[in-house]
Amino acid sequence: MTRIRFQQSLDELKEQLLVMAGLAEQAIQRAIEAYRVRDLSICDLVSRSEIAINRLERDIDQTALDLLAMEQPMAVDLRFILSVIKINADLERVGDSAKSISDRVRNMEHMASADLPVDIPRMASLAAEMVRKSLQSFIEADAEVARSVLAMDDAVDAMNRAAYKSLTKVMEEESHLAPQALNALMISRSLERVADHATNIAEDVIFWVQGADVRHHKSATGGRDPHALA
Amino acid sequence: MGVGIEVANLNAWYGNNHALQDINLNIPANHATALIGPSGCGKSTFVRCLNRMHETNPVARATGTVRIGDLDIYKDCKPVKVRRRVGMVFQRPNPFPTMSIYDNVCAGLKLNGYDHRQALDEIVEKSLRNSALWDEVKDDLKKKSGASLSGGQQQRLCIARALAVDPEVLLMDEPCSALDPVSTSKIEDLIFQLKPQYTIVIVTHNMQQAARVAEKTGFFLNGRMVEFDTTHKIFTNPSDKRTEDYITGRFG
Repeated sequence: MTRIRFQQSLDELKEQLLVMAGLAEQAIQRAIEAYRVRDLSICDLVSRSEIAINRLERDIDQTALDLLAMEQPMAVDLRFILSVIKINADLERVGDSAKSISDRVRNMEHMASADLPVDIPRMASLAAEMVRKSLQSFIEADAEVARSVLAMDDAVDAMNRAAYKSLTKVMEEESHLAPQALNALMISRSLERVADHATNIAEDVIFWVQGADVRHHKSATGGRDPHALA
Repeated sequence: MGVGIEVANLNAWYGNNHALQDINLNIPANHATALIGPSGCGKSTFVRCLNRMHETNPVARATGTVRIGDLDIYKDCKPVKVRRRVGMVFQRPNPFPTMSIYDNVCAGLKLNGYDHRQALDEIVEKSLRNSALWDEVKDDLKKKSGASLSGGQQQRLCIARALAVDPEVLLMDEPCSALDPVSTSKIEDLIFQLKPQYTIVIVTHNMQQAARVAEKTGFFLNGRMVEFDTTHKIFTNPSDKRTEDYITGRFG
């Protein structure tokens, strides 16, 4: 009773999610590039891709729902479909974060440039690397690669906390730079969220591949709350 | 979970066919345990060894230990005594067609020489209530035959008949495979109601049914028990690749 059609449907679901992953990864890379070169035409591309991402999110959820209802999957197949549903939601949020960053870039168009004490490009590079690695772990069904993503999240959290401290200080002491500092702070926050979504994706890959629930590992080990800003 | 049935080194044969090989497991008391596996894997043979029905086949034999409570069923007693402690429900409902509903329920008791009229009335009512059939048949107990009921009702009648002799264990060999979804749902609800009082072992090909009704699940393959664990573990993250391949439909 090998379920050939069901296996084909699972392969198709995986392919759909990979298309979604490609769009989300491209969106965050474009948003970072838009920030780096202050190019509003790239922001337009990010806005357009967000529409495609939202449409694909609904399609993937529908396919997954159909498979759950019609095929009643078990074990690794059940874990795979549940992981796809959750990764799908995280990828959509990555798209939202890319849109938020590009909105900040638009805001900055008429602002004077300022030398702020925050390394957004380094933070962006690390967050994008986390997204890339989490997706690689999904493509290769590799729990070890996924675990390496979890280890990277602390660094982005630390950068976000440092950005919060230094940028609030700028706002207090150099009020004329407050708009630029606020924009940078919001971009930092968006990048921290992107890293969180990459972490979630990696956790879902581990659940799919190994059946292990590694969520909330930080609170379990007494680590810092990644959302705490200071 | 206390142990309801203790099985040690159980082997069974049909002629030269070694149908069950070295089965060891403890089936928890007052819970439902599901047995799954492809056709011919030995799960039905296994349940038939739990009430010594296996040996009713002239070419069949079994060795090993099956202990129900303090009773070693292959050592201490005759098969009839075992079957009073172990009720069984089969794939196809098999009421005695010429008997009334009432007589079907108390057939086992009468066979054992029990004929106290008032007590029989009480046992019939209690058994039919416990099998969730009382309200549907109470007005026709002696007027209608067991065969006049629907398939789902007949199966619940067979459960009532099994419960009437007050067993400790209830074996169910694919009890819903011939029933529609509504009747299946009623049997599954019934299993939930009966669990606190009986040790239930259910053989099923319906994976979702096993997942719904049983706390423990065993996977049989080629006469061996490949894996026995909590139902949650078996259906979400089984330890053995063969179990996973079977429940995900990659073979079988």
